[in-house]
Amino acid sequence: MAVPILKQSKYLIATIQSALSDEDLLSLQTALVTKVGQFRSRGVIVDVTALDVLDSFASRTLRDIAHIIRLRGAETVIVGVQPEVAFAMVQLGITLEKVSTALDLEEGLAYLDKKLQHAAAAP
Amino acid sequence: MPQPHPEEEAEFCVPVASINDIVTARLEGRALAERLGFSPGEATLVATAISELARNIVQYAGKGDIVLRSAHNGKRNGIVVIARDQGPGIGDVRLAVRAGYSTSGGLGLGLPGVRRIVDDFQIVSERQLGTTVTVTKWRG
Repeated sequence: MAVPILKQSKYLIATIQSALSDEDLLSLQTALVTKVGQFRSRGVIVDVTALDVLDSFASRTLRDIAHIIRLRGAETVIVGVQPEVAFAMVQLGITLEKVSTALDLEEGLAYLDKKLQHAAAAP
Repeated sequence: MPQPHPEEEAEFCVPVASINDIVTARLEGRALAERLGFSPGEATLVATAISELARNIVQYAGKGDIVLRSAHNGKRNGIVVIARDQGPGIGDVRLAVRAGYSTSGGLGLGLPGVRRIVDDFQIVSERQLGTTVTVTKWRG
């Protein structure tokens, strides 16, 4: 199942709707990398609220997405990691280091706004 | 919310032959864990373990099975997950369950991670004959 990607001003919002196969995750990665250029987006939000499991493959793909998007000049924030999913990830040994996360979509947008403002204000 | 059936006896097999079957296997596992009265947190651990084990099957052996079975220890319910394949086998099992070790460019969290999130972990692997990983998770 493809993940819908919504363009909202200078951001892209990808909302994962259900349990994703590895293939879907890799398609999401390709789609986001392309669209960031197409829409000249400054930030990407990946909403994983509906994800039942974030195993090592899914976590690695999310981390790769964040790093690839950064190389394309935009920021990524992962939002909506559910409490039990977070618990399982830590037990498994996954920390998603160097990847920004926020509680939900609202917090994610606020984070990106702040981050980009900060970047614009820097000398 | 459906009532858990504490004495439910279940055993079924989910064939794993492609990456899409990974999702099927873990959804079945989560559903069984919930029927056995596991908390959402525990059911997520079960689903995560199944996801890792099923991915190993697809990645290293191409195909195999995930067998899901209910277990009872007195009044305590548990779930047994058996991941078996007839793939190439693992050369060094001790190395494969060590954190950070990966032959696939992954995070190296697969087997050692699974071992951490279950209560019992057994692995039998023979070169050219395949690998069977059996894990048990008890209700907290």
